Amino acid sequence: MKIDFEHRQAAHCESGVTSNLLWSASGGKITEPLAFGIGAGLFYVYVPFIKINNGPAIAFRTFPGHIFKRTCKSLEIAVVSKKFSSKEKAQIYLDECLVNGHAVGCQVGVYYLPYFPKEYRFHFNAHNLIVYGNDGDNYLVSDPIMEGTNVMDSYQLERVRFAKGALSPKGHIYYPKENKTITDDQIRQAIKGGIKKNVYNMLNIPGSFAGVSGIKNTGLKIKKWRDKLGLEKAGLYLAQMVRMQEEIGTGGGGFRYIYGAFLQQANIYLPENGLCDISRIFTKSGDMWRTAAVHAAGIYKGRLSTQEEFNAMGDYLLEIAAIEKTAFETLKQIKWR
Amino acid sequence: MKKDEVPQDLSSLGKITKEVCYATDNDGKYVTKLSSGWEVKITALDTAWSDIEKRIAAARQQVLEGKASPLLFFMEYRLMDVAILAGYTGFWKWQVKRHLKPEVFNTLSDNKLQKYAEAFNTKVDDLKTMTVHED
Repeated sequence: MKIDFEHRQAAHCESGVTSNLLWSASGGKITEPLAFGIGAGLFYVYVPFIKINNGPAIAFRTFPGHIFKRTCKSLEIAVVSKKFSSKEKAQIYLDECLVNGHAVGCQVGVYYLPYFPKEYRFHFNAHNLIVYGNDGDNYLVSDPIMEGTNVMDSYQLERVRFAKGALSPKGHIYYPKENKTITDDQIRQAIKGGIKKNVYNMLNIPGSFAGVSGIKNTGLKIKKWRDKLGLEKAGLYLAQMVRMQEEIGTGGGGFRYIYGAFLQQANIYLPENGLCDISRIFTKSGDMWRTAAVHAAGIYKGRLSTQEEFNAMGDYLLEIAAIEKTAFETLKQIKWR
Repeated sequence: MKKDEVPQDLSSLGKITKEVCYATDNDGKYVTKLSSGWEVKITALDTAWSDIEKRIAAARQQVLEGKASPLLFFMEYRLMDVAILAGYTGFWKWQVKRHLKPEVFNTLSDNKLQKYAEAFNTKVDDLKTMTVHED
């Protein structure tokens, strides 16, 4: 049983899955950057009192599952989304979907994902892939971050669909209910909605842990890490930040480049709103994040160790916060034409 | 980032798949380009793993000194905390914490040991002796 489905590689798993699941309905119009932007994917959050892999909980993207949900909702596409307490029922449901001709998105954990190299396997449970067929006990898997497709047997798939720990997927399966045609007008409305939501997330969430104020706050905290954590632990923290920012799945520069690409593509649907100019600000921000990562690498490799270097590291984030504040305020002030 | 500046430093992932990056071409237009890795993030990952290796070694030492059961070693080896291990085995967190004591671990039934072995993707004998193969 194999569904007519074309594997397309993407930078980020969830926006890639979303784009690929909507590909035939949209006639290829919902590209990865559009899915990312319509789903208001860009974010920043640092939750100091939670630890992930003994390091800081930092994310550069919105909460798992939101991109698919928001994109479909904005485009007025009904979705089916299910979680399971029973592994058997989860597999039966998946098999039924395939028989009915639905390629389906699955949330999985990466720790026991067989085709990932060992170095990349952590207990991260918000990865996404598409199952588009089966052959005996094997399932055909399209993981958007991989160049090619993969095959997993039923035990391997069950293991990652029922990975445990934070954000455990519980067999989470999702797909668009029907192949509805998506009009340009719907895309225009969805783009505006996505930008509005993203502006809110980056500028208006109260407290200092999320959005632009979260970046600023992290910058201020980093300056204290050397004294507070000691050099070794501070280095580990910075290494973790760089991984969240640059590791596979981000498209580079903490997702800022994907967002820049989104604004350029949005400009085709909504010209004369200055979106291309704002796209350039995000390119600059992405470049700054990468410059900061190079500096961070100097610290975790032990080449840089003075308090001045930590101050410089923190200052990078303060500067980035200022750049992104300008970018989102400009987006906020658009009077759509 | 400019298209020509997309780094190509071969990472362990790069041997299996290249990854998509978004970058701008000469006209400033965003395009995708494949990257085989970036030295900055390779060393970030190496930093994380060298810390994990230290934790595994410290856990092994604690088990050898009789201060913890082999579960601690495998937890570090499998990057698990008590909550994740409780999730995979179906035990409560307080039970897992108890089983981390060598004297309690030594009284565990084969059935319970088997659950831990499955969670760690190993065999009961290897679990008891802190033997790892693979992977």
